[in-house]
Amino acid sequence: MVQNNDDTSITRGIVSGRLTHSETQANFCDLHPALSPHQASIDASRCYFCHDAPCVTACPTSIDIPLFIRQISGGNAIGAAETILEQNIMGAMCARVCPTEQLCEEACVRTEAEEKPVIIGQLQRYATDALFDDGRQLFTRGEDTGHKVAVVGAGPAGLACAHRLARYGHSVTIFEARAKAGGLNEYGIAAYKALDDIAQREADYILAIGGIELRYGVKLGTDFSLDSLLGDYAHIFVGIGLGGVNALNIVGEDNNGVVDAVSYIETLRQTDDLSSMAVGSNVVVIGGGMTAIDVAVQSKKLGADTVTLVYRRGKDAMGASLFEQELAQTNGVNIILNAQPSEIKAEGDNVSAIVFERTLIDDAGKCQGTGDIFTLPADMVFKAIGQKLDSELDLNDINMKWGRIDVGETRQTSNPRIWAGGDCILEGENLTVSAVEDGKVAAEAIHTSLTTATLTTDGEQG
Amino acid sequence: MADLRSNFAGIKSSNPFWLASAPPTDKAYNVVRAFEAGWGGVVWKTLGEDPPVVNVNGPRYGAMHADDRRVIGLNNIELISDRPLDINLAEIKQVKRDWPDRAVVVSLMVPCEEESWRRILPMVEDTGADGIELNFGCPHGMSERGMGAAVGQIPDYVEMVTRWCKQFSRMPVIVKLTPNITDIRYAARAATKGGADAVSLINTINSIISVDLDTMAPNPHTDGKGTHGGYCGPAVKPIALNMVSEIARDPETLSTPISGIGGISNWRDAAEFIALGAGNVQVCTAAMVYGFKIIEEMTSGLGRWMDEKGYDTVGDVTGRAVENVTDWKYLNLNYITKAKIDQDLCIKCGRCHIACEDTSHQAINTVKDGEKYYEVNDDECVGCNLCVITCPIEGCISLEQMAEGTDPRTDKPIDSSYANWTTNANNPSAGQE
Repeated sequence: MVQNNDDTSITRGIVSGRLTHSETQANFCDLHPALSPHQASIDASRCYFCHDAPCVTACPTSIDIPLFIRQISGGNAIGAAETILEQNIMGAMCARVCPTEQLCEEACVRTEAEEKPVIIGQLQRYATDALFDDGRQLFTRGEDTGHKVAVVGAGPAGLACAHRLARYGHSVTIFEARAKAGGLNEYGIAAYKALDDIAQREADYILAIGGIELRYGVKLGTDFSLDSLLGDYAHIFVGIGLGGVNALNIVGEDNNGVVDAVSYIETLRQTDDLSSMAVGSNVVVIGGGMTAIDVAVQSKKLGADTVTLVYRRGKDAMGASLFEQELAQTNGVNIILNAQPSEIKAEGDNVSAIVFERTLIDDAGKCQGTGDIFTLPADMVFKAIGQKLDSELDLNDINMKWGRIDVGETRQTSNPRIWAGGDCILEGENLTVSAVEDGKVAAEAIHTSLTTATLTTDGEQG
Repeated sequence: MADLRSNFAGIKSSNPFWLASAPPTDKAYNVVRAFEAGWGGVVWKTLGEDPPVVNVNGPRYGAMHADDRRVIGLNNIELISDRPLDINLAEIKQVKRDWPDRAVVVSLMVPCEEESWRRILPMVEDTGADGIELNFGCPHGMSERGMGAAVGQIPDYVEMVTRWCKQFSRMPVIVKLTPNITDIRYAARAATKGGADAVSLINTINSIISVDLDTMAPNPHTDGKGTHGGYCGPAVKPIALNMVSEIARDPETLSTPISGIGGISNWRDAAEFIALGAGNVQVCTAAMVYGFKIIEEMTSGLGRWMDEKGYDTVGDVTGRAVENVTDWKYLNLNYITKAKIDQDLCIKCGRCHIACEDTSHQAINTVKDGEKYYEVNDDECVGCNLCVITCPIEGCISLEQMAEGTDPRTDKPIDSSYANWTTNANNPSAGQE
């Protein structure tokens, strides 16, 4: 990675242009470069084509992994892509962002046999890249059923739900608060995992099936309510993610330079010139999840001198996988475990340091301060301690649990006409792949509900 | 270390590994490189009458690859040497003079006429070569002209030409046999009757290696057309082993020395051929894929293994396994085996189960106490070995003899005595042999 090693030239404070445009470009290159046909062929040949394959069980969307890999072996990458997208319409993005080392690749029998799994994620990317390069549309919209479904949020859950409904011939309208589709694929996630505008190309591919109207710039609660949608649509799917950010609730949090990691990444993802992103010289990241890792690594890649990630519990409790932790460390991020922030210090209005207290996990599993204090110099502090549902939202009195939407197995909420999925539901796992599964499962249930309703009202099959 | 020196049909060489008559032995340059690398001998690429043959200028080789691009089968449409006879003879003479401890055998193919053989044999003998190998095997091109496999497929011709060669030269005569026949023993018997000092086998197998699905032409193709070629490489080894053993077991040929050929890629392959009756071996494809250096692994591996087993010479190994090759009807039907899965080694890929469930005897269960657990059900297991083969972990599944008790599949008590089909109650001809 390109770094600025000349100590005397380090500019303190939050500034842009720490590295040149080309240096930043080099730092933000592809995390896993695409496989060549030769590499794909060699690695595909390592798949044992297991029966009742553990990788399939481990995949939240149950992609038939042995089959798609065998299709790659046979030189049929488009067929492989079809196998993938049949179960997971966001197969291209998931190939890049899934924590495969905790899912399919961890379950791979080759991991057990020789601690070296088949590189399923990269093979999945190989197949989906081949499809997008080819450009053909694999799915067609079903014959129009006349049923209308509203989807709130064009993130992974909403797009997956809309696509499956369109395949069944239902008319879908997606209400999206932002200017682009894709949700966190477009606005979150580290830039080096989603190069070449892949999030938009995938969203475009999904929408190209037809039968899906996407209304941008309309926000639930501001521009419309679930109640108003229920008047126009038979069913609603809510996939609004988590719009709120958890606060540190410590002294000094409102100083300049204390930044919400989610919105920082959002800006970073939308900028055309990464070197224009302002970043501190001494950056401290609070949190242990994927967002924390993503903002830490990207700060380093933007030219921050030191980046320290501090997490209040131990390594195993981190939301970020071991692979991600190691990725951060190999990119020069220092990880400090078992410490929680107690105060942010400032010079004037600008953050200058952050005080931490070491922690212990007590017998009940609770994180307790020990009174042992240390201070890190910081001119920029990222908050990445989790997100929450936008508390302002009126969700039409649907049942909530622990601050998230409570759903059943089919992702149906307490209102039988409203389904929900993705990060906003209680079971949300903050993974694209889980959100896609939510959308898919909900779409199947909505379809069943719509066609069953047709049967009772019209006396004929839908 | 074991003595690897070889005396095959009176031809001495520093080890039993020869390069087969093929492109690697086309000229002095290659052969000298092979000798420098350590090969015990060569069979010089087949000489014919002048004017020399011509080869195609398009591709001569096609291959079957394993998933990881390892070559497991090779086919070729190259003809015999396309160089003038006098150049080949001069080079052979020089090489033999320079490398007296290595075997230089000359492969020959001339028209099936006495005069042709009478003419060429003295010329070869004049080079000081150690012997000749009659190419009765080449299945492509030359066979269209009445030579190669066209001779080898007719035992009377094999015997006739062999006899001419013994008559017109003092050199040891090795007859190279074609596998493109129904029963290899007839050709081997003919060679033996004709006075052959040895046979070598197998030559290549008629084959179309693959079809180019874009041009709809067989591979390799020249100007849009292809033809069948000769198949060799690791994939043909089982066919060759069987044919070698057939000749080694046949009362009419069992004393005829055999030079084993067919997909030999390492010392173990060589040892298997030798165990089934070969006195030495010939190698081609492995050298064409990896170069001559492979000889080092072959000699080292064979020598080390012979030391471990207590064999002093290659001759001690030759034919050791022949007595254990028998006819199906003599296999012991009272010998009961069951597959056993080593749970510590099992990686739970499930391939044993699905292979058995879909295509065999439904004898592997998948669940135990609610967990994935692949286990053999002795009530159904016939001991077929399919699970052992499909398992990707060597040693995880093995067949174990059930020596006593009752076979739960048949509910019959295990009989420790030997009993075969010839005496079986279900055999209508039982007791008539």
